[in-house]
Amino acid sequence: MLPEITTYRNSERARYPFCPGCGHALVNDHLNAALVQLQLDPRQTVIVTDIGCVGMSDQYFDVHAFHGLHGRALTYATGIKLAKPALKVIVLMGDGGVGIGGHHLLNAARRNIGVTVLVFNNLNFGMTGGEHSVTTPHGGITATTRGGNLERPLDICATVAVNGASFVYRGTAFDKDLPARIAEAIQTPGFALLDLWELCTAYYVPNNRFSKTELLQTMQALGLAAGVLQRTENAEFAHAYRARITDQRGQPVAPSQPVEQKFESALAKPTRIVLAGAAGGKVRSTASALALGGMYSGLWATQRDDYPTTVMSGYSVAEVILSRAEILYMGIEKPDILAVISPEGLSQVPRQLRAMDATQTVYVTPDLANQIETRARKVVFDLDRAPVPKKALALATTAAIVRHARLYPLEALREAICAGQRAEFAQENLRALEASETILQEVVS
Amino acid sequence: MREFMDGAEAITRGALAAGCNFFAGYPITPATPILLRMLRELPKIGGVGIQGEDEIASIGMCIGAAMTGAKAMTATSGPGLSLYSENIGLGIMGEVPLVIVDVMRLGPATGGATTVAQGDVQFLRWGTSGGFPVIALCPTNAAECYALTQRAFNFAERFRTPVFIATDKEMISAQQSVETSTFENIPIADRARAPAEGEFVPYRVKRLADTPLFSPIGGAHLVRFTTSMHGERGILTKKPSNVNKTSRHLYEKIEAHRAEFELVAFDAPERAPTVVVSYGITARSMIEAARDARAAGKKVSTLTVHSLWPVPARALRDALRGATRVVVPELNFGQYRLEIERIALALDPRPQVIGVNRVDGELITPGEIEEQIL
Repeated sequence: MLPEITTYRNSERARYPFCPGCGHALVNDHLNAALVQLQLDPRQTVIVTDIGCVGMSDQYFDVHAFHGLHGRALTYATGIKLAKPALKVIVLMGDGGVGIGGHHLLNAARRNIGVTVLVFNNLNFGMTGGEHSVTTPHGGITATTRGGNLERPLDICATVAVNGASFVYRGTAFDKDLPARIAEAIQTPGFALLDLWELCTAYYVPNNRFSKTELLQTMQALGLAAGVLQRTENAEFAHAYRARITDQRGQPVAPSQPVEQKFESALAKPTRIVLAGAAGGKVRSTASALALGGMYSGLWATQRDDYPTTVMSGYSVAEVILSRAEILYMGIEKPDILAVISPEGLSQVPRQLRAMDATQTVYVTPDLANQIETRARKVVFDLDRAPVPKKALALATTAAIVRHARLYPLEALREAICAGQRAEFAQENLRALEASETILQEVVS
Repeated sequence: MREFMDGAEAITRGALAAGCNFFAGYPITPATPILLRMLRELPKIGGVGIQGEDEIASIGMCIGAAMTGAKAMTATSGPGLSLYSENIGLGIMGEVPLVIVDVMRLGPATGGATTVAQGDVQFLRWGTSGGFPVIALCPTNAAECYALTQRAFNFAERFRTPVFIATDKEMISAQQSVETSTFENIPIADRARAPAEGEFVPYRVKRLADTPLFSPIGGAHLVRFTTSMHGERGILTKKPSNVNKTSRHLYEKIEAHRAEFELVAFDAPERAPTVVVSYGITARSMIEAARDARAAGKKVSTLTVHSLWPVPARALRDALRGATRVVVPELNFGQYRLEIERIALALDPRPQVIGVNRVDGELITPGEIEEQIL
């Protein structure tokens, strides 16, 4: 059995640095008493401090310590707990940290991450000169609310409680049973918070003729209950995460996906292809298949996609380069092949159309053929005889181009459109591929 | 073996090869593919992959995990990098090993989410308060994404500091044929740990240029890590001699090891009057431009910078010495050109430094660079 630990206070720093009468000393003493009561292994315990006077507290304890940025203590604590779920993680922050880090507080509670938060709530910013905080009472006089605070104070406990915190307590630094409450919080597996009201003797007390009596009266006047306000038994997040991923252990990590050459391409020079279509028209997946088919045929390929910030509306333009050698520059100013298959796509390629010359080819659907002026050869698909559903248009026209421009064997594209696809999608793709035969025969040069 | 992949996949594989076991990130175009893949892969090795409530939380979680001994990485783009700023400073001050992937998109602010740019180059260097040195690596293709991500982890471990991988929208999201059998596996470096026995002082170093020994939160020694100016025990200090020591240590531990960060590829078949210097996606255009120029009978050398910060000054001086013309193509107003000009100033003869720049969301073409090769 290990010898009993009689204090967790640091022997080199016996005296706190806080102002006379400051509540921080009281709360830290209560925390020490709770740790003594629990006899936690200091090596399994970490105090994470926020900024402000409270941020000096970790230096006065002999446990692991991390002192981080203002408002972000909960994020470091979450990272520590996620990486080492067995640790007891205690966060010390002020009402200032609650304000600036409110988002983290909400999410730590909602996630129910197993950390214990002690809010040293002295109703104003004690370190920077007594400015108002999110918990300054209505009417409170501070350096930044000289005429009295107009804002409503934040109900910290209700906020974390309604978002799923496992343990919530409101009290004051003067509470006699605080060590026991803090100990209960630390023993709670999930997210636990104690909102501990205190006196800031440097600022809030003199500015508002405040004392312990007014502190309690303020709490009462706001209708804020004291004591343990919530105990729930939701799953603790770090442990829940570990449990959730157990069955994934040992699966192949980022496995290679080799693309083997099975066909031959007669393509002599690098060929730059642009597919200009509409979002939702399978332009990107078609471009992937086009590139993959090239790789099956021994070519190098690149694919760049361009689309607006929305994904399911507007244009979708994909650029594919096929080459016998590795491709460095991936842009296309002057396509060898430009497929225009929707008005949205057409609107994106005027520059390329202007750049193209007679050695290059524009493939276009009949409805857009008259809108295109170019020096390039124009090939219009005949879609009347072989109606192709809109969703299959990109693939059908691309397949027709693979044949017409003799990029590589159609078999390679057939294999590419089925690779990794579920049976019904593969069938759909194959139908589009077959349609390409008809629209190709009817090609008008 | 050939595969069809994007830079996000190569970075993911590189991170896993380096021993990364913690990732936190917030969705942002065009860095999201890295978040998705890391969250997909890490559970398989018993690691943790999580989406934070915002960028600040994401990097904060990485920092907390890193100080328990995890190898942590996060990925973002310009707007998220802006939110990382303060925690990058914590990473420097607290000596936190951390890898940060920046997938550059056109700025400022929200800018163009799906638009390529290289506008964060100086932001990476000066993006947090204090002006302390940082390390930033910059791949030009998938193989380098794989290798440099491993190197980034090794540097992060060795120097206990945030290390950036500077990429861009095209590098991360464009798919390309990749010869993965030639992917280079770099020997893994782990941070030097304090012996289990004896006293542990978290920020003690023998020489200013040393990196302190590490002991994790939750380990054998009680540790104290801090974002505040501190002495060797991690206790807040204002004492000028302590402050001076810590400041100079944070500076020296990077600056005194500059030679280790000089990662460049100098292609100079013969001494040429023109040297082109570039990095990242734009270096690909540079290499193609040089090939075309040489085919047309012109003489040109190229230098690809793989370590943007600290500036590989010695390699640059060697490459630029004797040149009359230095061309610096980049997708910004000439941010890295500033560094090249600084180096050119000290050379005799002093070469003329010319920028080739685009800020329209398009890549610089090989033709635009070749025009500047006389």
